[in-house]
Amino acid sequence: MKADPAGVLSGVHYLDGDFACGEGAMAAGCRFVAGYPITPSTEVVERIARRFPLMGGTFIQMEDELASMAAVVGASWTGTKSMTVTSGPGFSLMMENIGLATMMETPCVVVNVQRGGPSTGLPTMVGQADMMQARWGSHGDYEVIALCPQSPQETFDLTVDAFNLSERYRVPVLMMMDECVGHMTEKVVIPPADGIEVAPRALTSVPPEQFLPYRVNGRLVPEFARAGDGYRFHTTGLTHDERGYPVMSVECQQLCVSRLVQKIRGSADDIVRFEDTDTEGAEVVVVAYGITARVARMAIELARRKGVKVGFLRLIAVWPFPEKRVRDLARRVKAFVVPEINLGQIVLEVERCAGGGAGAIAVPHAGGSVHDPEAIVEAIVRAAR
Amino acid sequence: MSTIAERVPVRPEEHPIAPYIRMDRMPHIWCPTCGIGTVVKCYAKALEQAAVDLDKAVIVSGIGCTGRVAGYMKLDGFHTTHGRAIPFATGLKLGRPELLVTVFSGDGDLVGIGGNHFIHAARRNMDLLVILVNNFIYAMTGGQNAPTTPLSARSSTMPFGNFERPFNLPHLAASCGATYVARWTCLHLRQLTKAFREAIGRKGFRFIEVITPCATLYARLNKLGTGLNLMQFYHDSAEIRHGADTREVDIAFQERIVCGKFLDEERPTFLEMMHEHYRKMLGDRYVPTPPSGGMIRG
Repeated sequence: MKADPAGVLSGVHYLDGDFACGEGAMAAGCRFVAGYPITPSTEVVERIARRFPLMGGTFIQMEDELASMAAVVGASWTGTKSMTVTSGPGFSLMMENIGLATMMETPCVVVNVQRGGPSTGLPTMVGQADMMQARWGSHGDYEVIALCPQSPQETFDLTVDAFNLSERYRVPVLMMMDECVGHMTEKVVIPPADGIEVAPRALTSVPPEQFLPYRVNGRLVPEFARAGDGYRFHTTGLTHDERGYPVMSVECQQLCVSRLVQKIRGSADDIVRFEDTDTEGAEVVVVAYGITARVARMAIELARRKGVKVGFLRLIAVWPFPEKRVRDLARRVKAFVVPEINLGQIVLEVERCAGGGAGAIAVPHAGGSVHDPEAIVEAIVRAAR
Repeated sequence: MSTIAERVPVRPEEHPIAPYIRMDRMPHIWCPTCGIGTVVKCYAKALEQAAVDLDKAVIVSGIGCTGRVAGYMKLDGFHTTHGRAIPFATGLKLGRPELLVTVFSGDGDLVGIGGNHFIHAARRNMDLLVILVNNFIYAMTGGQNAPTTPLSARSSTMPFGNFERPFNLPHLAASCGATYVARWTCLHLRQLTKAFREAIGRKGFRFIEVITPCATLYARLNKLGTGLNLMQFYHDSAEIRHGADTREVDIAFQERIVCGKFLDEERPTFLEMMHEHYRKMLGDRYVPTPPSGGMIRG
């Protein structure tokens, strides 16, 4: 369906990434946000707090991030598209109820504007070191979707996309921004409402007496009944059967958890998002995401002047990881170069998928600023040898 | 106590509260002479007496013995994470304001791990009916010390007796901003049902503490006999003092338990405050979330 015009601020704007994220959420139909202040993400909810009362949305500042995430899961069960926004320390606290959202199969969006860590780290300065936490931060086996915008415009676009994916797969979608993208101000074009495609909550048409909250057909994603519509369903964080009732058995665990994982892994082709530039005939491919992708672009330009054939794989969705694409490239290139503002996270994933077919050279950075492009150039030249 | 002369067999679906219970989940997991079942029965009776639209009533629990209530009531029921029932319920209420949202959970869940959410929801006067079943111990995990364990009572993690001061829950709730505060034991069936019914008809943060025996752990660790003995003891130790000063209703080990309705006042709720304020500031530009929820249909 098309976006609700009430939430769409159509036009050409000059916005920072945080504001663009807020606008993307409102355009996507988000009407409930719970959050707790944390640098460098707070501007997202400040934007929303100002605009929500004009469009039927409710913002509440909760007592902490545990509560924010719990409220988001609760609100989503009313059919209301819901989101929370945070940075590293708050992201750690949200892991508990991100797990609940995956287990209950609750559509929601969690924004993490990454700063330097660990612990309180560098509150006002950039980091990309929560990428593995996004994948593995809550306990148990599960899959989520994580998106990494490189600009305010892409932040707007991907926030809409994040809501649509979360509705389609009934899974939390993590917007893994970084402080640079969050705080950089650029042109953002917001299309008219009828130019924005949004996914509605897929309410079941099965009558209450026949409805089973976790029965699935071919797509592995169950149909949704919202609280207050007479379905009188039960849902739990415990391992459950298709009635939503707890069942403590090996068989039920196998069915329940493998479906949660498989509904994402099995649809990876639909979910993976990347931008592939000049990889044909390349001897080295740079893999980067978020703000680092923009620094990498300059490095690639400089390396080409030195005569190296460099391709670029920009990750837009980092989870699920574009395994097929990296495997395919690994057969044709000498090495990957992976700059990221952490001491080596996604490079491990690249290395895994390359499977020894090509090298994977990390260009680590502990955080606080973007890379010096020369450091990436040096790695590219080394990789080409 | 009277004795049951003859047991008349009743088919499960004939049980008076069967329409309110997921009978396909019976038998429940609670131990014999646990008090939670009677609290559930009183709650179901209150829903019936108050003629609540059950399609619009939702129930949220955290983790623990009482945490299982949300799974047994035949309502939209959410069995959430440990301590987070109140914020989860807050999301439900704000997402669809027409819902009657009940939080039904235990002492460890709501005021131990969830204590921060409890005080803030009370401060906001969030529209939630909070039923807290207090058995003085972490029962599901094997009898560990709770923030409600009376001084000197034994628990598995205070094997020589508890030396931490417990919470006085009615006082905590009242001082944080709850607008309805009551306490009963699980044998005060009529009073408890009436309190639930009354609280269903109120708005804002309503808090009802129910004292129940834990036969398997609390009674055994403290050599207090059977659950039934303890249930009877609590009932008999009750001192009914409506309107009591909540500063004076703390519970000491095996001593009197002050019961009654301590507070029943009207104060604007979170939603009322929000609507009134935005209307004042924004006038006609204010668009509240509709009572039926913030879901946008195509």
